[in-house]
Amino acid sequence: MLYAGGVDVGSTQTKAIVVDEQGQIVGRSLMPTGANVVVIAEQAFKAALDQGEIAEADVGYVIGTGYGRYRVEFGDDQVTEIVCHARGAANMFPRTETVIDMGGQDTKAIRVRPGGDVLDFCMNDKCAAGTGRFLQSAAAALEIELDDLGPTALRGTKPVRISTTCTVFAESEVLSWLGRGRKIEDILLGVHQSIGKRSFGLLKRVGLEGEITFTGGVTRNAAMVAALEELIGRPLNVSEESHYMGALGAALIALERAIGATTGAGEKIAAGEGAA
Amino acid sequence: MNYAGIDVGSTYTKAAVVSPDGTLLGTGLCKTGFKLEQAAESALTATQVPRSDIGYVASTGYGRHQVAFRDVQITDLTAHSWGALAFFPKTRTVLDVGGQTMKAMRLDDSGRVHSFRLNDKCAAGTGAFLEKTASYLGYPIEEIGALVDESTEPVEISGVCAVFAESEVINHVSNGAQPADIVHGAIESLIERSVRLMKRVQMEPEFTLVGGIIRFAKMAEVMRVQLGDDVNVPPEPLVQFTGAIGAAMLARQRQQQIRTETAVARAG
Repeated sequence: MLYAGGVDVGSTQTKAIVVDEQGQIVGRSLMPTGANVVVIAEQAFKAALDQGEIAEADVGYVIGTGYGRYRVEFGDDQVTEIVCHARGAANMFPRTETVIDMGGQDTKAIRVRPGGDVLDFCMNDKCAAGTGRFLQSAAAALEIELDDLGPTALRGTKPVRISTTCTVFAESEVLSWLGRGRKIEDILLGVHQSIGKRSFGLLKRVGLEGEITFTGGVTRNAAMVAALEELIGRPLNVSEESHYMGALGAALIALERAIGATTGAGEKIAAGEGAA
Repeated sequence: MNYAGIDVGSTYTKAAVVSPDGTLLGTGLCKTGFKLEQAAESALTATQVPRSDIGYVASTGYGRHQVAFRDVQITDLTAHSWGALAFFPKTRTVLDVGGQTMKAMRLDDSGRVHSFRLNDKCAAGTGAFLEKTASYLGYPIEEIGALVDESTEPVEISGVCAVFAESEVINHVSNGAQPADIVHGAIESLIERSVRLMKRVQMEPEFTLVGGIIRFAKMAEVMRVQLGDDVNVPPEPLVQFTGAIGAAMLARQRQQQIRTETAVARAG
């Protein structure tokens, strides 16, 4: 049996996925990236192998992606996270035309062709505003857990208007709203709406066509999904795997290369064929 | 009668009192906290000039509207410009770098603010950028000054975003760069942004640097190199009172003007 792996070293979390010959996910892992990127990448990959009870020797090809992709020292190649998220999203939701990926430090809007090739993209490369980091700052200021942000924001009814663009300044603005006696849920609802607006701006720049698939760590946050859906005016594709989409895309590209290497044909795994 | 200036900042409230001939009689400082009016009172009391000897009060800073006993309120831009002129009368360009803002002001020959540019949208050009960079390295802001003095060669920091600086810092540390050189690099990039802002107000010498950030001698040093010109820095420990002194000096000028006008009106 032939397997392939994808390791997505993000600014905040490292994700690893192992797929089998059909492109089915057989192992996965998730861990905080921390300072020692080389070691974490290895640990994440091992954990995914262990979960699927797969021997490392059976893995034909491994691709590193994400901001720390060059630190995946055991990897055979590196591919940008834009390409990987597009591929993963198109595999999971074959009618995907646009991908919005929201991670710890960046947000990207990607236009994709059927099959998952990238047509166009834009991202916040100059500034961390409108990224998961903004949520982290708000959570730190309000002293609540990241996972409680979404559920708390969903209880909000009168959102505050967040005027700060900069993530560093967001903390003081959140505190000033608290000082003015506003409820935490209304402040957080405002925070989610403000991030939603910036991401929506990115989406509009690549076009809002067809099905939109939401990927990255922030997909776990129901309030963020709701804020984006309200702005876009239709539902987003979100699944349990959305958080792992970059690693999945990397694993699928790795699988193609592994098969290509064994058959010499470079056969492409069609979008949707391997969907779980 | 003397003239008081009170600068109610987001962290500290500063007060300064000047005599009718413009001599500085005293300064006072206290934490701003939540009760702004009280902070203004405390800072003024700390100047040790009796209230009965103060005839006119000008407030400035972000909490200037909360000072109910003020006679006049003036913007930070004007107060800092007047403060810079009080120290260095030939000042034509003022750069004020605070914790959350960066402001460049161009003064005309009569000392009025001719034009200004400010950045309050992004932390990259402010003290918060340095603070973040230092904290990623595990240094509190108070230690930055001593730390950068050990630097031999700045490490390049792109300085586009205070958040992105974190990954840059981590990369540099893992490549073996010294913390002193990394913070030095952050100062270089901050000053680069400052110079760009100053160019947008058509900067002209003399240059005066004010605001909390100039506690670090390296700031002025890097600025001198990047501008290729000298830079004035108000003397310690008065530098943090630049806004308050400016407000007091403006209060003095206002009051004397009012007196003259009243006298002219009476004579007429």
